[in-house]
Amino acid sequence: MLDRVSSLPPARARAAPAVRDARRARVGALRRMVSPLLILVLWQAASWSGLVSPQTLASPLAILATATDLTRSGVLPHNLLVSLVRAGSGLAIAIAGGVVLALIAGLSRLGEDAIDAPMQMLRTLPALALVPLFILWFGIGETPKVALVALGAMIPIYLNLFKGIRAIDPKLLEMGRTLGLSQGQMIRQIVLPGALPDLLTGLRFSVGISWLMLVVAEQVNASSGIGHMMMDAQDFLRTDIILVGLLVYALLGLLSDQVVRWLERTLLAWRPAARVSA
Amino acid sequence: MSAAATHTGVRVEGLGKRYGQTRVLDDLDLEIRPGEFVALLGRSGSGKTTLLRTLAGLDPVEDGAVVVPRQVAVVFQEARLLPWKRVRDNVMLGLDGADARDRAEAALEEVGLAHRLDAWPLTLSGGEAQRVGIARALVRSPELLMLDEPFASLDALTRLRMHAMVDALWQKHRCAVLLVTHDVDEALTLGDRAVVLDRGRIRTTLPLTMQRPRRHDDPGFSAARRSLLAALDVHEAA
Repeated sequence: MLDRVSSLPPARARAAPAVRDARRARVGALRRMVSPLLILVLWQAASWSGLVSPQTLASPLAILATATDLTRSGVLPHNLLVSLVRAGSGLAIAIAGGVVLALIAGLSRLGEDAIDAPMQMLRTLPALALVPLFILWFGIGETPKVALVALGAMIPIYLNLFKGIRAIDPKLLEMGRTLGLSQGQMIRQIVLPGALPDLLTGLRFSVGISWLMLVVAEQVNASSGIGHMMMDAQDFLRTDIILVGLLVYALLGLLSDQVVRWLERTLLAWRPAARVSA
Repeated sequence: MSAAATHTGVRVEGLGKRYGQTRVLDDLDLEIRPGEFVALLGRSGSGKTTLLRTLAGLDPVEDGAVVVPRQVAVVFQEARLLPWKRVRDNVMLGLDGADARDRAEAALEEVGLAHRLDAWPLTLSGGEAQRVGIARALVRSPELLMLDEPFASLDALTRLRMHAMVDALWQKHRCAVLLVTHDVDEALTLGDRAVVLDRGRIRTTLPLTMQRPRRHDDPGFSAARRSLLAALDVHEAA
């Protein structure tokens, strides 16, 4: 966006601005497509000419064919479902745990003393370093994978929601008291909606972390899932399958980010900024 | 703790309050009869806001006794609306009963906002937001309505319109009102009685008996204005 605006020659921007802006935006979008397409063409050409062997890097067309085959045979849908269930259940646990812990810590000094210090320590720990310990504790089934996702994704939920609860305008809480709201009503009507923007920020980080945790968990020790499919392909020098896996991860990341953005637009419609961008 | 009263007025006896070494309220006595409109004036730091917060139950009673009606509502200087709730839902906050929605809409109609029921608070003007605050207070049928400098941040014309509206609403609802204000004309336009607070005590009580609706060019108005300004240590050149 920015570079396009700043590259406008100011004198020409004066004439028929609306039409010009629309056309310029289209041209800009097309122009941004040029270099990725060029890279794909060069890549394909390099593969055809034999410059790059399939064992090093499969060609774009080969990847496409492999993706179709894997989908038809059911291998990709099966592994994708396994991965989605792992990430989804881990994220669900992370949200539930993070919200409960942040509420306890955010609403009482005693809760903060009890919960915030350990959470801050946990935050500094790279969650991926826990993989060996989790395998020892939980074995090689679903538990260590889901636990890893849950733990990693819980931290940003907790941190952001806790900050959001503490940043609630005390004047609004006071107003709630004069209206005779109960403790439960205060939390449901004032505290949680007030901290929702921060919760959603945390959720966005959490979703990203969930995929990261999943990738590692599935590549270290798994018999199914996208990560396992990729590790399996490594043994047979199938770079096409590995690249299909990468593509799937990228799409999952993109898609889940869009879902969170949509949530933000819908749930935070009351914010002037959200209305403008919606 | 403030006890619930058998009568519906306000009675404050020997109320004292200190923050550290500073005495904010000092053996203060005040009575507000049911349906009476009291305007409370005083310099910054004279204890006005502390008195209001104590009556609202936001600050504890440390010395003395306070009796307030069961239903108390407060309108603050900033409207304090929840930005994530539409105007109607802000007024409905904490109400229960099947008719809550109808009551909220009726209250908003009373303050002239029937066309803004579904608006988000952040899109309202200052005057509109304050009217929502008043509707949120009135919908609870308070026996005591407290207004804490409610129009201080509004422009002069809006403020005049709000005075007329509050006057009309009070005539209709007849609740006791405690209006904390810095604005002498506001006190004279609306109050049955002006009370001047000075260093935590009531320094002057001035009954205001001019005919309503009040006009600034009423001779009684200018006489009362002079007395009230004198009580606030402002002496106009003769």
